[in-house]
Amino acid sequence: MSKAPLLDVSGLTIAFPGGTPVADFGFRVAAGETVAVVGESGSGKSLTALAIMRLLPRTARIATGTVRFQGRDLFALPEPEMRKVRGREIAMIFQEPMTSLNPVLTVGKQIAEVLRLHEGLSAESARKRAIELLDLVRVADPHRRVDDFPHRLSGGMRQRVMIAMAVACTPKLLIADEPTTALDVTIQAQVLDLLESLRRDLGMALMLITHDLGIVGQWADRVVVMYAGRGAEEAEAAALLGDPLHPYTRGLLAASPRLDASLHYTAGTLREIPGSISSAIGEPGCPFVPRCPLAQPSCRTAPPPLMPVRPGRLLACPPVAATLEPIDAAAVGR
Amino acid sequence: MLENRRLLRVLRRTVVQAVPTILGIIVLNFLLLKLAPGDAADVMAGEFGAATEETMVMLRQRFGLDVPVLQQLLAYLGNLAQFSLGQSPRYGMPVSELIGQRLPSTLMLMGMALAIALGIGIALGTAMALTAGRWPDRVLSVVSLIFYSVPGFWIGLMLIVLFSVKLGWLPSGGQETIGAGLTGIDYVLDRLKHMILPATSLALFYVAIYGRLTRAAVLEVASQDYVRTAAAKGLPPLAVTLRHIVRNALLPVTTLAGIHLGGILGGAVVVETVYSWPGLGRLAFESVMRRDFNVLLGVLLLSSFLVIIANTLVDLLHAWLDPRVEVR
Amino acid sequence: MTTTTTTEVIASSSGSWRAVRAFFRNPAAVLATAFLVFVTIVALTAPLIYPEDPLSMVARPFLWPGQNPKFLLGSDSLGRDVAAGLVWGSRISLVIGIAAMALGVTIGIVVGATAGYFGGRIDDALVRLVEIFQTTPSFLMLVVLVAIAEPRVESITVGIALVTWPTIARLVRAEFRSLREKDFVTAARGLGYGHLRIIFIEILPNALPPIIVTSSVIVASAILMESALSFMGLGDPNRISWGSMIGASRETLRTAWYLTAIPGIAIVLTVLALNMIGDALNDALNPRLSGER
Repeated sequence: MSKAPLLDVSGLTIAFPGGTPVADFGFRVAAGETVAVVGESGSGKSLTALAIMRLLPRTARIATGTVRFQGRDLFALPEPEMRKVRGREIAMIFQEPMTSLNPVLTVGKQIAEVLRLHEGLSAESARKRAIELLDLVRVADPHRRVDDFPHRLSGGMRQRVMIAMAVACTPKLLIADEPTTALDVTIQAQVLDLLESLRRDLGMALMLITHDLGIVGQWADRVVVMYAGRGAEEAEAAALLGDPLHPYTRGLLAASPRLDASLHYTAGTLREIPGSISSAIGEPGCPFVPRCPLAQPSCRTAPPPLMPVRPGRLLACPPVAATLEPIDAAAVGR
Repeated sequence: MLENRRLLRVLRRTVVQAVPTILGIIVLNFLLLKLAPGDAADVMAGEFGAATEETMVMLRQRFGLDVPVLQQLLAYLGNLAQFSLGQSPRYGMPVSELIGQRLPSTLMLMGMALAIALGIGIALGTAMALTAGRWPDRVLSVVSLIFYSVPGFWIGLMLIVLFSVKLGWLPSGGQETIGAGLTGIDYVLDRLKHMILPATSLALFYVAIYGRLTRAAVLEVASQDYVRTAAAKGLPPLAVTLRHIVRNALLPVTTLAGIHLGGILGGAVVVETVYSWPGLGRLAFESVMRRDFNVLLGVLLLSSFLVIIANTLVDLLHAWLDPRVEVR
Repeated sequence: MTTTTTTEVIASSSGSWRAVRAFFRNPAAVLATAFLVFVTIVALTAPLIYPEDPLSMVARPFLWPGQNPKFLLGSDSLGRDVAAGLVWGSRISLVIGIAAMALGVTIGIVVGATAGYFGGRIDDALVRLVEIFQTTPSFLMLVVLVAIAEPRVESITVGIALVTWPTIARLVRAEFRSLREKDFVTAARGLGYGHLRIIFIEILPNALPPIIVTSSVIVASAILMESALSFMGLGDPNRISWGSMIGASRETLRTAWYLTAIPGIAIVLTVLALNMIGDALNDALNPRLSGER
């Protein structure tokens, strides 16, 4: 066995009064690694991230599951201890840079806030550090920008400020929830490049939540595909894009234009997956059954678990797994 | 620097907009008072017993009441341009002097009431929002609805019954203990003691208004993305609430604090009557009863002016609190 | 074209049924409504309950409540029956509250609709007018108006309406400004409907919910204003009202505070009921805005 992963989520079930948007979901992130969690909106990616941070809305409840971070069970931590994890060891950036910054505080103050909280810096040194951080995230003219209010900055700039805030205390894990969805395409790549270089320079792990398979190939080491709150498939990024196994992943790939032309760029038409994710509601078996071209009667009895099918590769689709060569359990070696 | 320029622009816009409003108020109030049957001469004549036709004509001439209304209006505007509010036929002294004597008392009363209303209202509203749907919210909501429904003069009287008649803790009227010859800190305390009951009576209604408003604003702000960002930084709940939620929720509350200032001034008329408080409100009431329209007009203009000044201050405060406010 | 208009109407009428049901599912609203119905019945039947003039002397002065079973709520300094005063006083409060609201809302709708619908110069002028009224402290203005016109039920009603309409006008103007751009209004214009028809038949029904909510609160504040006026001696001298009962009992506050407390409680309960109805209407008409998320 390799050494314990940085983050180990297992058996996570999140319940709302109206249903369970995340059910029995798990994945791991190793130190320094970039893991992409991919799925369409409503698949439970963001809720999973909020659950890791213990920032779920009040109506939500964690029904089962554990989150271990550096061996510590985060769900068992007292709230004051958890607050020391947030922003210092695990930081998070959100999808909407336009609304994620407080409109009445200068960006400098908002960055300084996290430094003063976790590193006990004085107002003056926190400000100096904030300027350095703005420089680090490649904001031009950081000495002036530090006193600007968020509404004076563009979306891309605000997301950089969010990133500066997130990396201020050099966290071990950065959770980026759709960090580029709200941005222009040209700025998307810049922001992702920035995240990638910061990850390398600061030795962070990155949990990249996205619905866009296009960015996975270039920026992620490993990919976890989520469908209706459950894991569908997990693999090395190149392996997944080169040879998608789960019918949902295949549909997703067929439906997404590739940013990265070197990987399977097909000029063919985009296809859509028939149906919608809402059909999974109340489905007793595999949640993808209503939209699945390969569905069999056995798929409808119970949700299939993620099973190792190849080294480093997990799949939650028995019909597809049956067509693959059987593997030696010992060789999987997770 | 940049910040100050922005505030100056906001100030200029507000002042420019206020000028036609002030003119409209002067003309409207003047004409309104001229509609009234009877004038100061009538009332005075009535009080002194029978007056001959000649005395009436003489009185009217002296007060400038014998010329056409338009001419009276022009004369009044001319006086105003020289910062004069005219003479009070009744008190035989300049209106501005009369008002000047009463203004500080009313301003103090209003200031104290506003402070109580904002302080308690914001605290109450925040508490309600943070416990939304649970029992503290329900209880406080009922309490604020009751505050909202109680006539200020009645609660004033009931407070007198409880705190001065039954308990004997606080004075029941006036603004200082007359003839006590207090000085220094004793004097200040004495004034404060006299102010507690009237200010509270005046404030309760606005405690309810600001409380309900704060509750709505805090609930609105608490669901904003930047509050989640603040929590994701690891800030403790108190810091999230004060720095990120309440600070933003105050924006709509300050705007409305200005709007209600006129209401507080109106409420002062009743409360000053209850507590024999020698302020503008009572002066206005007395001059209505005595048809002393110069004084009344002066009070009306001054109170409108106070409201406009307050609104300007609120605009500036709002612009200062919210960096997004720009001149359109 | 007409179908757009009809569906709007159908949608809004089924919506109003849902609102009515939501309103009566709220226990506070039911309680408040029941209380107001009770007060209304008392007001209507006052001549049957206490046929005598409530201003006439019927008992020994300063009877405390419960002292004499014939005068349940006691008697005042002139030996008038407090209970009779309370019953007759409810008529003044309700009449002035409702009449002033009706008049104020009518003026407010006319001004607000004109400003919001036509926009431009008319709008600028009317907004300025509203601003002038709102800059003058309204109770001060009311005192002046009533004193000038001699205190009578009619003048008090008109006075309250005159200081109340700006609130409604602002509200209606805002609603009309947003509604006049809607498709069904454009459709009605396309059909060549006149301005009056568009304003009153097409737009106004859609702007009603916030007006209804505000109206109940305005009745409450009109009752409060009337009581304050009467308390200060600016009420109708020939009619007994809750405010004038409090005003008359001020001299004896130290010894007979029940004379102040009882009519005050009547005011508080009535106004509270109206405000509770206002809140419940607001919740029923804007379900998404109320309570917690």
